[in-house]
Amino acid sequence: MQKIGVFVCHCGSNIAATVDVKKVAKMALKEPGVCHAEDYPYMCSEAGQSRIAAAIAEKGLTGIVVCSCSPRMHEATFRKAAERCGLNPYMVEIANLREHCSWIHKDMEEATEKAVILMRAAVAKVHLNTPLQAGESAVTKRALVIGGGIAGIQTAIDIADAGYKVDIVEKTPSIGGRMSQLDKTFPTLDCSACILTPKMVEAAAHENITIHTYSEVEKVSGFVGNFTVDIRKKARMVDMTKCTGCGVCQEKCPSRKTANEFNRGLNTRSAIYTPFAQAIPNVPVIDTESCIKFKTGKCGVCAAVCQAGAIDYKQQDEIITETYGAIVVATGFDTIKLDKYGEYAYGQSKDVITSLELERIMNAAGPTKGHLERLSDGKAPKEIVFIQCVGSRCSDDRGKPYCSKICCMYTAKHAMLIRDKYPDVNVTVFYIDVRTPGKNFDEFYRRAVEDYGVNYVKGQVGKVAPQPDGSLLVQGVDLLDNKQILKKADMVVLATAIEPNPDARKIATMLTASIDTNNFLTEAHPKLRPVESPTAGVFLSGVCQGPKDIPETVAQAGAAAVKVIGLLAKDKLKTNPCTAQADELLCNGCSTCANVCPYGAITYEVRLVNDHGIREERRVASVNSALCQGCGACTVACPSGAMDLQGFSNRQIIAEVDAICR
Amino acid sequence: MNYSYYPGCTLRNKAKDLDRWARECAEVLGFHLDELNDWQCCGGVYPLGSDEIASKLPSVRALNDAKEHGQDLVAVCSACYHVLKRVNNDMANVPDIQTRANNYMALDEPYKGETKVLHYLEVLRDRVGFDELKKKVVKPLSGRKIGAYYGCLLLRPSGILAFDDPEDPTILEDFIRALGAEPVIYPYRNECCGGYVSLKEPELAGSLCDRIADSAKGFEAECLVTACPLCKYNLSKSGKLPVVYFTELLAEALGIKEDDK
Repeated sequence: MQKIGVFVCHCGSNIAATVDVKKVAKMALKEPGVCHAEDYPYMCSEAGQSRIAAAIAEKGLTGIVVCSCSPRMHEATFRKAAERCGLNPYMVEIANLREHCSWIHKDMEEATEKAVILMRAAVAKVHLNTPLQAGESAVTKRALVIGGGIAGIQTAIDIADAGYKVDIVEKTPSIGGRMSQLDKTFPTLDCSACILTPKMVEAAAHENITIHTYSEVEKVSGFVGNFTVDIRKKARMVDMTKCTGCGVCQEKCPSRKTANEFNRGLNTRSAIYTPFAQAIPNVPVIDTESCIKFKTGKCGVCAAVCQAGAIDYKQQDEIITETYGAIVVATGFDTIKLDKYGEYAYGQSKDVITSLELERIMNAAGPTKGHLERLSDGKAPKEIVFIQCVGSRCSDDRGKPYCSKICCMYTAKHAMLIRDKYPDVNVTVFYIDVRTPGKNFDEFYRRAVEDYGVNYVKGQVGKVAPQPDGSLLVQGVDLLDNKQILKKADMVVLATAIEPNPDARKIATMLTASIDTNNFLTEAHPKLRPVESPTAGVFLSGVCQGPKDIPETVAQAGAAAVKVIGLLAKDKLKTNPCTAQADELLCNGCSTCANVCPYGAITYEVRLVNDHGIREERRVASVNSALCQGCGACTVACPSGAMDLQGFSNRQIIAEVDAICR
Repeated sequence: MNYSYYPGCTLRNKAKDLDRWARECAEVLGFHLDELNDWQCCGGVYPLGSDEIASKLPSVRALNDAKEHGQDLVAVCSACYHVLKRVNNDMANVPDIQTRANNYMALDEPYKGETKVLHYLEVLRDRVGFDELKKKVVKPLSGRKIGAYYGCLLLRPSGILAFDDPEDPTILEDFIRALGAEPVIYPYRNECCGGYVSLKEPELAGSLCDRIADSAKGFEAECLVTACPLCKYNLSKSGKLPVVYFTELLAEALGIKEDDK
């Protein structure tokens, strides 16, 4: 018989305001095996933990139940406290009286009744708990960064500087990401390429960094410290070891009609291309869907002009398999599609553009060589209207419920740059609120208004109507003046909401990392663990976790790197002892468990089994406890009840259910 | 295929062309409109008062009639379609209105919004198919530039009407294309013509209609096509462009109506 102590936490008033904690402690004493019960305002505090230690020593407790918050919050705390007193940490159970009870109920009587039941279930489980020993696993001292934008680059450089190997996997032909598409950056207006390209070069030249561009993560298995990842290196059709990056192939390529992704489709590119001049690596790829050679078999100009003989039309995709100790997701964002926003006439008029398209137009390497002109007729605009919150802070299903965070600042930047370079152009900004928290941000916005004469109008736009003369009639409202506004414009710029890269969901699924309703990856704790995924060994960097500007992204990238370094610095990791075990006498060799195991931890072997004196060879399941993550899928799937999870055995769970139903 | 048909009052007098060609074209296209017995006026506007039940009953009767015939209910007039569809939504989703309407109706089996309400254009798009329609066209309206005028009643509230994208609709343009003509895209095709405001403030309605017609004309439309008698009335009054019902164009293209322009 166990000697069990029950410790009921008030959590200040978080639990005690809704649950009669004294009654829970009193009721605990009526449970079989419970020889100590008490309540205390903060069990997790130093004093609270001392009370637990004292009770263990004084009463010789063999198991304890802490009635407190979620085990995700303090299970580790109380396990450590027990371990310090010589009690096996797996003899500690948490009854979650906060998230599962006091926070979600209002009626004290009912909540208390439920709290008693939760306590009782935990006591019933502890009776069947057995001491478990954590094993150890080695840590592969190499990290993977998925995504080669500023977030991924910064994370990789920081990890590499600490002396660990890092691989960057980037889907497009070059690293650089969204930041490489920007012209100037707020609030200092320094040129984006000027501050980004040195970082790109640094990453490429770093002895600890390997960059796989035009590559995608295909499969992930394993666990923290020991991930195995398949990376598809897509066929470039250009031999990276031979190409000198001279660019002649791109000049001579006869296929020039493919929309240029880097310029947001505002102009076209050749079929063999590097996305932009400073691309890293400076090795082109052949877009086989556009290439005449691949479509008709008749061309081969690039191979003919390549003096290095680098063109290889027969190249095939290659899958490489690497092992990593940690994985950082840095998949970034895209702007939302505007097909549900017909009122802004995007798609109907070439002169209605997104802000990211304006970045390309303002950029010297962009489709207009940096001249501000209308895409419809090449004329210089005289009246420009910016519309903010297009798809952001949206209450219906057309857009996103969140604030995209960067739009107020980049719109102020665009407005200011235009007024500076073209003082005869009038700029009007329609906004809901101007949100400029950040160092030197509000000062920047005020400069746009006060020094550069940008006309800010509080109100939304209902319609952008293309006129027969090619102008755009913007119909909006001025809420401060309480009047309708009709404004003729030559160009309309939409501050389009951002959303996570469409691949984020796929990658999160591969990593078994959780994702929210907006497809942003979820952090392990919104305040205290903002760069870690709840999945051990998976870290988050940049906009994949939520909208961010460049300084915030870089800060988070560094934070993610620190977490990775902290992990890679360890030689061994303690493994979770709550793994599955197969009872060879019950196993019928059906393979059901192996089929449901998400971690590939179950194999089958033929073994000599002694079944009540009958010795025979049987095919039975065998669990690799280093791979098993204790999810329990096999225990549910096993038709003969041979699979059991240590620490969560079938008997323990049934005992809990019995206690609840009693 | 047979559909229950709700013509509506205006189609009995002012908008006879809308009604007549809808019926005749249906036969050519292989479906039949069974006019409901004893249908009553839909009221012309959807009653917004949440405690107002009597003015919804004519629609409920029509909807229930169609249900009893086991048929989908087709309307041609935008306003009738709008009212029928919104009342039907109430009967399916608003328990209070459902209960009270059924208390009045005292039907053998209570009506709970089972009938599917279709606009004639939806029948063309979703049941006949514009590709099929194109094959049946004998006198394509080639070379004609036609501006689709949707107005508000077909499109909004878009969640309930679910007819087309309220900001960038395409059904009428696809229809015009199927008839061999060229649709003119202009920005005010989904803006209000003023509706009944034309009775109280004719100048306001006039200025709205002028804006619509001027814009369409600016983009070189030769005429406007609509499904709504009130839109046609208001737009015709502005006198800037000829306005026709979509069923007239349809009949012309199908070769059953001589072009009388």
